[in-house]
Parts: sequence; structure tokens; C-alpha cells
Amino acid sequence: MVNIQIDGQSLQVEEGMTILQAARLADIKIPTLCYHEDQKIKSVCRICVVEVEGQRLLQAACSYPVSEGMVIHTASPKVIQARRNILELILARHPQECLTCNKNGYCELQDLTQELNMARPLRYPLDRRPHTVDDGSTSIVRDPAKCILCTRCIEACGDVQTIAVIGKENRGFDTIVVPPYGKNMSETVCVNCGQCVQVCPVGALTIHDDTQKIYDNMRAGKLLVAQVAPSVRTTIGEALGEEPGTVSTGRLVTAMKKIGFDRVFDSDFSADLTIMEEGYELLDRLKNGGTLPMITSCCPAWVKFCETYNPKYTDHLSSAKSPQQMFGAVIKTYFAQKEQIDPKDICSISIMPCTAKKFECQRPEMNDSGQQDVDISITVQELAKMIRESGINFADLPETPFDNPFGLGSGAGEIFAATGGVMEAALRTVYEAATGKTLEKVEFHDVRGLEGIREAQVDLDGTIVKLAVVHGLGNAREMMRKVRAGKADYHFIEVMACPGGCIGGGGNPIRSWKKVKARTKSVYQQDVDLPVRKSHETAAIKEIYGEFLEKPLSDKAHHLLHTSYTNRQDLLR
Amino acid sequence: MEEMRILLRNKDKIDPKNVQDYIQTGGYEALKKALSMDGQEIINLLKEAGLRGRGGAGFPTHMKLQFAKNAQDDTKYVVCNADEGEPGTNKDRVLMSADPNSIFEGMAIAAKAIDSHKGFIYLRAEYTYIRPLLEDALENARLAGCLGKNILGSGYDFDIELHSGAGAYVCGEETALFESIEGRRGEPRFRPPFPGSKGLFGKPTVLNNVETLANIPPILRHGAEWYRGIGSPNSPGTKLFTVCGNVSRRGVYEFPMGVNLKEIIYDVCGGIPDGKGLLAVQTGGSSGAIINADQIDLPLDIDHVSASGGRLGCGTIFVIDDTNCIVDIVRNNLDFFRSESCGKCTPCREGGTRLYELICKISENRGTVHDIDTIIDLASTMRIAALCGLGHSTAVPVLTSLQNFADVYTHHIDKDCCPVCGQMQ
Repeated sequence: MVNIQIDGQSLQVEEGMTILQAARLADIKIPTLCYHEDQKIKSVCRICVVEVEGQRLLQAACSYPVSEGMVIHTASPKVIQARRNILELILARHPQECLTCNKNGYCELQDLTQELNMARPLRYPLDRRPHTVDDGSTSIVRDPAKCILCTRCIEACGDVQTIAVIGKENRGFDTIVVPPYGKNMSETVCVNCGQCVQVCPVGALTIHDDTQKIYDNMRAGKLLVAQVAPSVRTTIGEALGEEPGTVSTGRLVTAMKKIGFDRVFDSDFSADLTIMEEGYELLDRLKNGGTLPMITSCCPAWVKFCETYNPKYTDHLSSAKSPQQMFGAVIKTYFAQKEQIDPKDICSISIMPCTAKKFECQRPEMNDSGQQDVDISITVQELAKMIRESGINFADLPETPFDNPFGLGSGAGEIFAATGGVMEAALRTVYEAATGKTLEKVEFHDVRGLEGIREAQVDLDGTIVKLAVVHGLGNAREMMRKVRAGKADYHFIEVMACPGGCIGGGGNPIRSWKKVKARTKSVYQQDVDLPVRKSHETAAIKEIYGEFLEKPLSDKAHHLLHTSYTNRQDLLR
Repeated sequence: MEEMRILLRNKDKIDPKNVQDYIQTGGYEALKKALSMDGQEIINLLKEAGLRGRGGAGFPTHMKLQFAKNAQDDTKYVVCNADEGEPGTNKDRVLMSADPNSIFEGMAIAAKAIDSHKGFIYLRAEYTYIRPLLEDALENARLAGCLGKNILGSGYDFDIELHSGAGAYVCGEETALFESIEGRRGEPRFRPPFPGSKGLFGKPTVLNNVETLANIPPILRHGAEWYRGIGSPNSPGTKLFTVCGNVSRRGVYEFPMGVNLKEIIYDVCGGIPDGKGLLAVQTGGSSGAIINADQIDLPLDIDHVSASGGRLGCGTIFVIDDTNCIVDIVRNNLDFFRSESCGKCTPCREGGTRLYELICKISENRGTVHDIDTIIDLASTMRIAALCGLGHSTAVPVLTSLQNFADVYTHHIDKDCCPVCGQMQ
């Protein structure tokens, strides 16, 4: 412990702590910009500079460690002047288009400008970077002119996801963060996970907005049929200003009905359907010597990653489609027949915590219903904007249940939202299918948690099944190295591209680990609260197999609910 | 005035590639001595000698070594900073070309002091033509048993790897240099952690300038007391000075620390040619202070030059005659800094170019008094808030020239013309 003084306040703090951490303990707010609580310290924006007595230079609070006897001034006139001068330099490069920016109201630079009372004309002419907007990607819009070079996205993409689609080019005043060789995002190995969007403090990286397409279809008189992913009920409230982890299932459905969605279905159902198909596929592979380990295929960012970096190993991927795509195929076949609607009159929309789902629904093979199975995929962020622009007071809405026949999924489907959830859900069904016994203890705590790679095993009546759960693509890359080397001694692996799983997905409100943990807690609580916790026991699953699909892995199920993969190795050239 | 050649003792006298030539003049005796000494003894000796860094900051060499020695790690590195990028500076080039073994020997002694077995020389990209010479010299030193395994039969291993830069001024900054050796974009790291605890490849590292390392063997050979007898009390030893600009005899000279600037310009270098007068001197390279002709009666040692608002730095003396306009000189300086900024931190990336634009305005007689205020405000912020020395020192020529040549700036603003050439835009 060391004794320090910050702004006249004496305190004892741990040695090696940064000034920023120490100040927060003392409830002193030091403004920051490049700093991100989940990332490495960057110390590049220099907004957080403070005065340390006895030192000529100002020190960046985010990176400078405290030491015994240190006397710090976080808001002296010298400090305030330096901060404003630095902010002014940033603003003089930043397009002054806040009012029409996608990030308006959520921008960290905007907040900082208010905080530092930058109410003065800039002394330098506006010199915006000459680069144009890159909006060719299905998922992510990149506007390099708005970039403030905090390099958070470079860490998210390069260090966490190990893809490194974007990096710095040029130097000095001409420095810019771009994909290499003048490419656009859509031409790169970008897997559309949106983790870069999650860390961008400004409007340089934002989600491709597809909400207008929904209004267009509404106007065209289409039947708007929506599926809502398990995560969404846990993050939509947060996106509208409520506490992270606030579950708002009923209000969500009410809001969507008010906006004009005709049917609002629960993707817990198609998560259950995925478990049926994927679970039985696993049993089939185990019994008949299929390719093992089998790896989950629910995550479109992971699937594209595997197709790009491990194209020879896509036979390890389960052939089962993701819940989104299964639901899409079911809506335009089974549901359309049941309701006697021409599938051409349906606009199938998914509400997802995910930016890669936009890419997935546009994959050319995803049309087993005879047309594009899912027409539009929007994220939680986009739905929140629709709710806001529709003038809906979300906080005070009454609750409405999801529509039937896909209105109630199982707890197993619900936990798809969290890393390890698909694994746990599959085990609940696979155990009973393989052993014929009832699983008394449905919770598999070994596969839960936030370790990047977790291992477990389960005893299926004498047969030991080895499992691994992986989240974050850096960890997935590690795991695939083992698979390629023949050292992945597992039967079943769950992979989710986003750290934390879908609940930490790129389409959610801006993440932090703190928020992701609160959300995850809510996800598991919902599992406990649901009347049915095993996929195969829900009424909707029994009904669809009874009326339509016959049994898991049937010909019909194969046609509608399974898929194949593409070699994308060329993207690396 | 006679030079005092300690570092350049072998210049033009031996074949620089030939290790035997070097050995015959007493070379590697210091290393032999060091190999029989305890690491702490070596550091203590350098402390007594008072050796300070010759690359720019003048930091006590023994302290750097002590930090790295104290760090607990099996792997430590010694790095020679040969990225001599300061405009107008050539002293490391001369030293490396004349007597590379003195640098290897200095590195080996520093290595022994901290228990390191691997050294790197980071060579400026523009000096690739010296590379073959250094490679030959290294190989010959290895063959003679002065480097490599079991050096001089001592059982101690130390070898040196040569690494060429890729042409960035900022890579002379120690942590950017590490990034470059590690294969990344040459950008400085924030400090602490300092190189002594976490440097190259995350290992304790001692990084020294070429000239600093060349000072070590003579100190070991002749002792601390001998060394203390040369130069000034707080900056013992000799210093290499690169004199450039408007003087009759430009070149690299070796003098004891504390030599008078005026004497160097007039006695050593023959004064200003073509009957012109002296306008200004910039000491320490482009990042140094610009002083006027009245201030040149100045002892050139680390502390005296620092007191003048600049720094001795690498010992470069840029002499400017009175047919030049100081605003042009500063503009040229800033053009250099803005194009060499790595772009990592805001003050330097954005500020460097903004300062350049503002100085251009003044130089082109488009400036106002408000621009001067902005220049001072911005430069003062860069000086204290940038991430590394490049950003800090960009401000130095601007602020010192404004102090020492205020009238030139106001002439450009008030009279809308340059006081030197009279040109109006």
C-alpha cells in the first residue's frame, strides 16, 4: 500500500495501481477517451493527463502508476487547458455532423465535449480525412472520417478475435485505421461479429441499419413475422436506458406489436429445434463413426471464420442450421401452410443480438423454403431505435406473451444466449435420448462460466462424452489448432465468436464485461423460471415433429433445417 | 584549438574491420578486465566516472544499468541505438565507421554488468552502406573470440545481432525502437514500465547510444578518476559534436564537455563564410533550442545547455547565418517533425501539423497575433502532454525562437513581409 494525495484528498491505495484507478476509488472522475475498462491500456488520446507534483510533464492517468507520497492534481488550470487543447485537436479532424450521425446521443466524444465545456469556436480549420464511407458490408458501416484513432477496434479485431481486418496505415497526421490494401470490409476476412462496433467510442464503426426495409415491407402490406432471439429480452431494456440484466420479455412483445409486427415469435423455439437436430446428429456421429469432434454451427461469425481459416475442417461443423435460419425455413413452410398464407406475402424478420446474422440470412443457400428464409435481420440496437422513433414509452408498457404456435420455448433454448448454453441445452436432450432415463439435475455447471476454453465430460450411461466450450475467436483459433493437430480429444465443442456468447454479441447495446456478467445472470435465472427446461419436452417441438417434420434428421428436416458450408480460403489471398 | 580524441582515437589509424588492429591499440583489454569483475563493480565504476548518456537526455548510464541489473529475469538485453536520425547529426556514423569494435566492447561490458548474453545494434535505415562493414567487424570479432561463446576464454557468452531500421525518426525513441525490432509498427510505448524492467521482448533491457557505449571501454581501462579529469564536473568526458550549417569547416569534432560554443563556431570551424553574420544557433538537432547570436558564449555540457531552454542532446550544432529568416528555419523543423510523427498520440499527430500550418501562415505573411497565441498555447501543451520525446521536442524550436526572435515574428505579422528577404506574399 502507498499513501498518495489526489486533489487534496489523502488516501491509501495498492502500489502499482494507476492514477485513474486510484482516483476512481476516491470518487474523482478523470475524463478519458481511448481508455476502455476491458481493454489494454493505450495512453494515446492523452485526454486523461494529470499533474503530478515534482514532474515537468503531465502524466496520463490511465497508464501512470501511483507511488509513495505522490501528490496529484486532476483538474488544475494547467490540466484543464491541456485537455481542452487536445480535445480541440481531435474535434478539428472530426466531421461536425453530430446531429445526423448514427451515434448521436451515444458518442463518447460528444459526452467528453460536454464534460470539458468545449463551448468555444475551434482555432483550426476543419480538416476531415478524405476517406469515404464504406457501407458495402452486410453488417458494419465504417466511416474513417469519424475515427479518432483510439485503436480500440484494432485490439478487439486483432488481439481478441485474432482476425485483424483493420489496422493502422500511414503515419502522423495521415494515420488512419483501415482494412489493408485499400479494401472494403466486405472484401476482407471480416466475420461480421461486430466486436469492433462494440468498442468504437464514436461513429466510425456502426451497425448497418436495416430498419427502413421493415417500414418498406410494412407499407407494402406484407405480413411481418418476427422471431426474437433469446438474448434480446435481456438486452433491449438496457438499450433503452434500463439496468443491464433487466428482463423485459412481455414489454418487448408489446412494443413490437405497437410498431406493427404482425406476429412476434420466440426464437427459444428454434433454439429447441436446433437442439433436436444437432443433438441427434451428435448421437448419430457417436454411434456411426461420424467426424468428431462435432462443433456447433449456430454462430455465423464462427462459421465464416471456420470456412475461411479451416476450410478443410468444416465437416466437423454440425450440419444443423442456426436457430435463426431454422426458424426462417419453418415460418415460410410449416407456419405459412398452417395459416394458409402465401409465403411470398410474408416478410420474415429476426431480432438478434448479432451483426453477423445479417450476413447469414443473406447467404445464397439459405432459401430452402423456396425464397430467402429470413428476409431482414436487425439487431437489438436497431430495434431500440424503432421503439424510440415510434414514441413508445417502453418503461410503462403492459406485458404481452409471444404469439403461438411458437410462443413458449424451453429454458434450454433460453440459455443459448450465454457461452456454454448450447452445450448445456444439448446435454439435457442428448442425455435423455441416449440413456432413455430422465435427467434429474438439469444444470451442468462445468460448462458455464467465462473461461475462454472450458472442458467437461458427461457420462451417458457408461459412455464418457468429452466436451469443450469456447468463446471469442482467439480461443477458437487456438482450439482449431488442436483439432488440426489431432489433439482435440473431444466429442463435442461449442464455439461462439463473441466473448461471453450471444449475450456479449455485436448487436447488443455497448458492452463491458461488467454488463455481460449482469446479463448472463439474468439469462440463467430465466432458465430456472421457465416451466419446461428441456428442449424435447416443449409443446411446440412435439407439435412440429408430430405434424410436419416427423422426427429429427428426417428427410424433411434435412432439407429445411440443415445446410452445407463454403470454402472461403480465397479471402486470405 | 586542439581536439581531444578519446572516442575517435583510432580514426583513420586502424582498419575498422580488423579486430587485431583494434586489439593492438589496447582494444578488448577493458572487456578482459570487466569479465573478471563483478557486475556491480562495473556499475559502480561507471557511477564514479559520472558517465551520462550521449543520445539526448543525458541520463546517468550507471542508473540504467542498475535498473536492468536489479530486474529479476533470466534473459536481458543490451541494445545499441544507432538510429542516428537527428537532422544534421553524423557523429555515430563517424564513430561506427572508424572504430566499430569500441562499440562492441562497450556493449559487451554493459552486458557483463547486467548479466546479459545478447545484444542488438539498431542501425539507421539510411546507414545500410555501413552494414557490410559492421557485419565484417562483428564476424572478425567473433573469430577472434571477442564475441560469441566463451568470450576471451572467460566462459561468458555474449553476441550481437545487427538490425536495420526502416526509415523512421521516431524509432530512435527507445520503446519505438523495441517495437521495430519486435517486428511491429515503430510506435513508442507509454512509460513506466521502463526498459530496465520491461524492454525489448518484454525483458529487462539497457539501451544506449553508440557514443555512450564507446565511452565505456576507456573508463574501464583508465579508471574513473582519469575520466573525471576530463570535461565538466557534472558532465565528465569528451563529446562528439556535429557542426553543420553556415560555417566554413563543417564536420564531427571531439572535445571535452564544457567546450565553449563560440570557440567551436569561430576557432574550430572557421566562423561564418562569405562575410556574413551569425543569426542563430540551434543546439542538439532539430529538437533543440534556437538561440540568438548574443547567447553563444555558452559552455557545451548537459546542464548548461538545458538551462538555455534546449538540450545538448546528441551534440549537434546547427549554425544559421543572417541571410536566413528564423521563421523559415522553424517551418523547416516543423515540416520534419510533422512528417516523422508516428501518429499514435493526439498532441503530436494533430498538433505537429497544426503548428506547421500556423507557422506557414506567419511565414507567408498571412498570420495574426492570435496565431502567435495559438502557437504558444498548442506548443506548450505538446511539450507536456505528448506520449514521447518526439511530441515534446517539436515544441522546443518554436517556443525558443519565439522567445529569442520575437521581433522577426511580429515583423511578418505587422509589416506583412519577411525582415530578411523583404518578400511580400
